[in-house]
Amino acid sequence: MTRQKTVLFACGTGIATSTVVAHAVEDAMKERGIRFNSRQCKTTEVAGQIDDVDLIVTTAQLPKDLAKPVITTLAFLTGIGKAEALDKIEAVLRD
Amino acid sequence: MAQALMNYLDPGAIVLGLKAATDQDVIRILADRLSALGYVKPSFADAVIAREVMLPTGLPLGGDNNVAVPHTDPEHVLRPGLALATLVEPVLFSNMEDPDEKLQVSVVFLMALNDKDKQIEMLQEIAGTIQAPEIISALIQSESVEDVSRLLR
Repeated sequence: MTRQKTVLFACGTGIATSTVVAHAVEDAMKERGIRFNSRQCKTTEVAGQIDDVDLIVTTAQLPKDLAKPVITTLAFLTGIGKAEALDKIEAVLRD
Repeated sequence: MAQALMNYLDPGAIVLGLKAATDQDVIRILADRLSALGYVKPSFADAVIAREVMLPTGLPLGGDNNVAVPHTDPEHVLRPGLALATLVEPVLFSNMEDPDEKLQVSVVFLMALNDKDKQIEMLQEIAGTIQAPEIISALIQSESVEDVSRLLR
């Protein structure tokens, strides 16, 4: 069995929005049979948090030069593009 | 889960058919309501406006009826609450995902958050509501607090 991956969820405050997104992604990935470790932080803290992270999912802008995959999406707040966002997350987590 | 927003929304903080020129006008009008109702400190409005400049909260819904969810740090909040404005003419908010993009916003939810668990539920309810375009359209058409209450109960 492969190592369980870690997803860092980021938003402006690192509390409200990223928690909503993290819950939505956890539920959807559970349905797809995928488990992962989940952590949250402010967008301003991301650069210092990514060493052990496989994927960053953010609702707000991040620096461009991060060395990890980043998915910037409001799909888990607005519902628009949710299936595509979940497919992208699944692809990284199954990789 | 989309219809339980009335649990958070104070009828005294619902402003329908508001005529406002800017996002800041909308935030001040709603913040005044929340302040008068005892949800927030007088510092709340300025704090929300300052945060909106740094970390905007406009959410694009793919049409002209976009939504914004301005909020700020817990230190300006006395107890959790929610205010709502619907606008006669949209005002511009920046996109949360891309601050350079301006969105025409017709519905504003101003959130007073100080309880980690409660604010997540509140935001989840708002997300559930805005994921139902027919509810947002109906909200914009609403003429009374009773109309809103029927939609968001």
